[in-house]
Amino acid sequence: MNFFSPWHKDNAEAVTAEARDLLRKRLPRASRRRFLVRELTLGGLSLLGGCVIDDDATAEAALTRISRINDWAQGRLFDPSLLAPTYPDSMITRPFPFNAFYDEDQAPRIDAGGFRLEVSGLVAGKRPWSLPELRALPRYTQVTRHICVEGWSAIGKWSGPRLGDFLRAVGADLDARYVGVHCADDYYTSIDMATALHPQTLIALDWDDRPLPPKYGFPMKLRIPTKLGYKNPKHVQAIFVSDTFNRGYWEDQGYNWFGGS
Amino acid sequence: MKADPTSFPPGRDGPPHPLWLRATHWINALAVLIMVTSGWRIYDASPLFDFTFPAGITLGGWLGGALQWHFAGMWLFAVNGLLYLCLGLSTGRLARRLFPVTARGVLDDARRALAGRLAHSDPRRYNQVQRAAYLFAILDLVLVGLSGLVVWKSVQFPLLRELFGGYDAARRIHFYGMAAIVAFAAVHISMAVLVPRSLLAMVSGGPRPRRPGKERAS
Repeated sequence: MNFFSPWHKDNAEAVTAEARDLLRKRLPRASRRRFLVRELTLGGLSLLGGCVIDDDATAEAALTRISRINDWAQGRLFDPSLLAPTYPDSMITRPFPFNAFYDEDQAPRIDAGGFRLEVSGLVAGKRPWSLPELRALPRYTQVTRHICVEGWSAIGKWSGPRLGDFLRAVGADLDARYVGVHCADDYYTSIDMATALHPQTLIALDWDDRPLPPKYGFPMKLRIPTKLGYKNPKHVQAIFVSDTFNRGYWEDQGYNWFGGS
Repeated sequence: MKADPTSFPPGRDGPPHPLWLRATHWINALAVLIMVTSGWRIYDASPLFDFTFPAGITLGGWLGGALQWHFAGMWLFAVNGLLYLCLGLSTGRLARRLFPVTARGVLDDARRALAGRLAHSDPRRYNQVQRAAYLFAILDLVLVGLSGLVVWKSVQFPLLRELFGGYDAARRIHFYGMAAIVAFAAVHISMAVLVPRSLLAMVSGGPRPRRPGKERAS
């Protein structure tokens, strides 16, 4: 089945429905969802917090609610004029680490000539974009620190048009809440509009002045130095603007949605 | 006068530990326990050093769960800690109980303690070693909190980030600060067990001071 067929529909609802459907297949990771009490062996904490962590579902619901509050708090804290630090080329981490939910040799191979970036949702222009068209937009280069949710970080050099310029070019509703992406490796995520319009948020087409290699997300990745690594999707194939789709591959398993840095 | 372990000379402070102090102390203990054990799990996802924490003593079950606990515990830790500092400063208790403290005094009291000659008869009066240790714990927790802000939001707190020497340095300082508070807790808990009266005082507020002409019913 062509999994991108719904993206062709000029309908944000279809986009959301399709994503929900994908989620349903992915969600039951029992081992992860039962994370709360099972491995908690600290007697003292069980006693002190007994009422809270008595029950898996209660605790998980409470923690998820707090994570939503943290989304809100981070949105308030986000200053669109604050830039992530940039570094000289000499500080680029080499080799830059590969990181994904699969092995490096499983990274998708995309045909550059046939590639078309799908655009849907709350946008005026929904025609797909080819790579030369994306490259025709003003190009920016930045050397920034990629911070992984695990704690490690690495400095890399990415170039490409600003996501904000692209969204304006397609006539996106800039008052919409979210910008979502879907990727060739079945990854998906979404970000807040304020971050999408941040001057350092790039549609990265190049890594270290050369087209992105497959392991770093050919043909395009979102490079967002104000967000953690899992909010920097690779192999992006579809971009959609929405007021409702605030989900993501890791976010749906418990990572914080905003994921800001 | 024979020492009566259940009574103390009258003082202007009333019970050794007012309710707000006991409440913030125990909430802080819970918050630090959550932060440390969930932090260990987060550390394990990408260890800074050549060791990991055994999963059984960590909180969260996996990285995502540990992060949820850590960023929930963060609010408890921060709000309670700020409340403690505000009350400690505004009531003057912090200045009164933890100062003065001198290096000489700490050494003298440490020597006395090792010789078994350091009295704990009045829980309202901290000896110099206690003062130094409690100040260390407070300052360390402030450091852990601020370095944690940089690890969490290195872009949004540029001044703090530069003060800590960047993201990676802040991450290391955050870890060392954790190690320091765990070391403090190990000593602190041992002392509380050795001097159970101090532990009881932190639970119940401690024995009331004797008031002239009025017997306390208890």
